Amino acid sequence: MHHYVTQGYVLPNQAHIYWTMMIVLYPYITGIVAGAFIISSLHHVFDRDELKPVSRFAMLMALAFLLCAPLPLLAHLGHPERALNIMFTPNVTSAMAGFGFIYTIYLLILVVEIWLLYRVDIVFLASNAKSEMMRRLYWILALGVTDISEEAKALDRKVMLFLAAIGVPAACFLHGYVGFLFGAIKANPWWASPLMPVIFLLSAIVSGIAMVMVCYLIVQWFNKRPVDSECTQSMMESAWYFVMVDVALEGLELLNHAYMANHDWDIMKHLILDKLLVSLFVVQFLIGSVVPFLLLGAAVVFRNRIPAGVRNVMGFVSGILLLVQVLAMRWNVVMGGQMFSKSFRGFLDFQIDIYGREGLLAVLFLFTLPFVAMLVFSRVLPLWGPISTFPTRWLRDKPPEYVPLKNLTKFK
Amino acid sequence: MTTLWNKPEISRREFFEKCAEAGAKTFVFGGLVVTTANLLLAQDPEDVRARAEGAVESRLHDTGLGDVRARAEGAPKEAAKGPIYGFVVDTMKCIGCGSCVRACRDENNVPDGFCRTWVEQYTFFPNGEVIVNSPSGGADGFGEDLPSRNMPEELGQLPVRGFFVPKLCNHCINTPCIQVCPVGASYVTREGVVLIDQERCIGCGYCVQACPFGSRYINPQTNTADKCTWCYHRITKGMVPACVQACPAKARIFGSVSDPNSEISQILANNRVQVLKSYLGTNPRTRYIGLDSEVM
Repeated sequence: MHHYVTQGYVLPNQAHIYWTMMIVLYPYITGIVAGAFIISSLHHVFDRDELKPVSRFAMLMALAFLLCAPLPLLAHLGHPERALNIMFTPNVTSAMAGFGFIYTIYLLILVVEIWLLYRVDIVFLASNAKSEMMRRLYWILALGVTDISEEAKALDRKVMLFLAAIGVPAACFLHGYVGFLFGAIKANPWWASPLMPVIFLLSAIVSGIAMVMVCYLIVQWFNKRPVDSECTQSMMESAWYFVMVDVALEGLELLNHAYMANHDWDIMKHLILDKLLVSLFVVQFLIGSVVPFLLLGAAVVFRNRIPAGVRNVMGFVSGILLLVQVLAMRWNVVMGGQMFSKSFRGFLDFQIDIYGREGLLAVLFLFTLPFVAMLVFSRVLPLWGPISTFPTRWLRDKPPEYVPLKNLTKFK
Repeated sequence: MTTLWNKPEISRREFFEKCAEAGAKTFVFGGLVVTTANLLLAQDPEDVRARAEGAVESRLHDTGLGDVRARAEGAPKEAAKGPIYGFVVDTMKCIGCGSCVRACRDENNVPDGFCRTWVEQYTFFPNGEVIVNSPSGGADGFGEDLPSRNMPEELGQLPVRGFFVPKLCNHCINTPCIQVCPVGASYVTREGVVLIDQERCIGCGYCVQACPFGSRYINPQTNTADKCTWCYHRITKGMVPACVQACPAKARIFGSVSDPNSEISQILANNRVQVLKSYLGTNPRTRYIGLDSEVM
């Protein structure tokens, strides 16, 4: 255990940071899930066709991050082996007890949605993939359903629309609930706020859009493929809109604290103006919000004057900054709430642990896992589009011995 | 033989039938697993209590304290329903000796750097400045030096008044800690004592965050949440908590508030009492005499 440096009077049991960087990482990861899913849904539910190039990618990204979302929690728990108790003996009055159920429901929705999205491809690959092993894998993934007639596809689309329609509120719930975890703690004035779920949700959407945009641009640039500027422009517009509302609410919350100046304001003022000065005002507000707000705003307002290539770079830079902003926001909430004592008379400084179960290296390792998962997904499912975009190296040369339905021929 | 990957086609109806079948099986099996787990994990408070009592029984035997335990004489009605306990801290009487903190450490094996109970020293200066401190939770007392010694020049004047405030778990009636525990490891006994089931706690730390009084901590030896139990293992034997027994100034009073003749009931009837952070509505069972508004 750390011996944290304290100033003023800190209650004896509070000279420790109980929620470490893992608890910063956890809402960061689930936020990206919610945001990526919503980007994907903008295409699938709201027919934003310009987002088509990233709609599948965003959906798989949501899954990759969702699969990794419980890992920081497991790394943090004192008894990870008892983790399933939250589903076996849930306490109904605890917001945290909802995690297992909300997570499972959302995971199911996402997996079924992705399966429907890729079903036709999977059936095709089940007979046309290069190696016998891959063909068997696709047969298993097809779950025995090989019907890809127009009627079947129409039904798929209907179910997908329905799932996406319940998936959007589920995604909002998944992340709004994370905000509620903090917002409902009346013991901590830095957290206790009904705005917390809203702010968490909005910043989640911002981070998800930013992550999809940044990854899309990196992949296209790295592979020397053309960037669909209509698509990036659309993501930049969405990001601009959401960051505007998000930062406005975050600012309003601070202003509200300052204006009401309750009994806890003395300590909060010190927290904001001293302990969190850099991470809140410089990183979160100035570098992470104002700069991308101006960049995205310029790209949206002057879209006809700025060349597409430049706008893509502006999108990339603002995407990176927005990712930093949201990470800083999670940090400021989680750490800020623990940097002052509930005596309201003292502070402690968080020291970053490098090694150890909840240290910086472990955090960085866990944060790479969703990208590893994406890499695995990309070996099995085409990330960027339907069958026509398959790399030919995935397919076998000689014609398949068995074609499930004649419909398949249309893909050749 | 037809396996999954070489069976040409399955009809949509067949597929949905299979899905429904699999779903039903999962549901039934999942239900069984959950029920079994519940039965295995569920612990009657009586069990926990018996275990706690068993643990102290051996310790009492070791220390020879078993013979001197006090017998509470409850009213017949109370005997049937059991007592409801309360705790009064008389801040006017505390002398800051730290005996309670040491007694608690010895009794409950509290890990270094944490406190189940602690004593705060409040010192007021003429300019309105208030200095609060609690070195090692007050375990070693506060010595004769006034806090002004370490203060900046402008504060280097004699204090105008000061007092000590012992703190411990408030055993709230509307407990934020029980409310937020995701697995139900925090619970309240029928005597009104808030306890933690160490075998069910997952160590998430949510209760530590939710307690407004800093009473809880994660015990680095067990990796579970821990806090003052009002020495549940002692009080169920008719004894008083270790801190109450150790206090030389009678600043800590423990007893049954459901018995109108008990000492604590008499004190509560004859004094004006306050609770910590009453604005949070947690309704503590630990009450204070002579609480200053500077105490939070």
